[in-house]
Amino acid sequence: MIRVQQEDFDPGAELDALRSRLQGTAGAVVSFIGLVRDLNEGDAIADMTLEHYPGMTEKALAQIAIEASSRWNLIDAVIIHRVGPMAPNDRIVFVAAASAHRKEAFLACEHMITTLKTEAPFWKKETTSGGTRWVSQT
Amino acid sequence: MVQLRYFASLRERLGIGEETVPLPGHVNTVAGLQHWLQERGTLWAETLADERLLVAVNHEISEHNASVSDGDEIAWFPPVTGG
Repeated sequence: MIRVQQEDFDPGAELDALRSRLQGTAGAVVSFIGLVRDLNEGDAIADMTLEHYPGMTEKALAQIAIEASSRWNLIDAVIIHRVGPMAPNDRIVFVAAASAHRKEAFLACEHMITTLKTEAPFWKKETTSGGTRWVSQT
Repeated sequence: MVQLRYFASLRERLGIGEETVPLPGHVNTVAGLQHWLQERGTLWAETLADERLLVAVNHEISEHNASVSDGDEIAWFPPVTGG
């Protein structure tokens, strides 16, 4: 399940929805939540805006979920990514993997968020006391 | 016609987010299209010369030797920073 949205998400509700889809087939769900940090490269962050490439973003996220599902035999995979303006401590991204046993879910969840960071077309622009700047890849 | 798109810092530097242009007759690759755009002037030549830029053809990350044809959507953008 892939979603790109401006509004915040409720991790508890997402995990409940995922669990209800599993119908008893999974023994493990591993999830990850990415947050906006208040500090980057030594500067305090006032706020941040996430730009993306509508159309390609959804395809890239779906591809990441499909690839992980096939590689680790997942029963379900979820990626939710926010776009638009955000403030420190806000949730940015939610990733979850469900599998029969925990090892596959841990590996798949980690792989999905890591791949997302290098392949999904999102760009962060942050505001510091010195003005706005595009975040560079780390 | 081809749809061209530019994102994030690249969009700001070029001052344009998207445009539709006729595909020049002699152009059939990403590299050829990029070279043609770079002939627009110093700003375009220098901005698109950045080797860290990524290119997507019809929403798929592509190499510079990828082919382009009428109706395609080609996008240039800096390394991604989501997550």
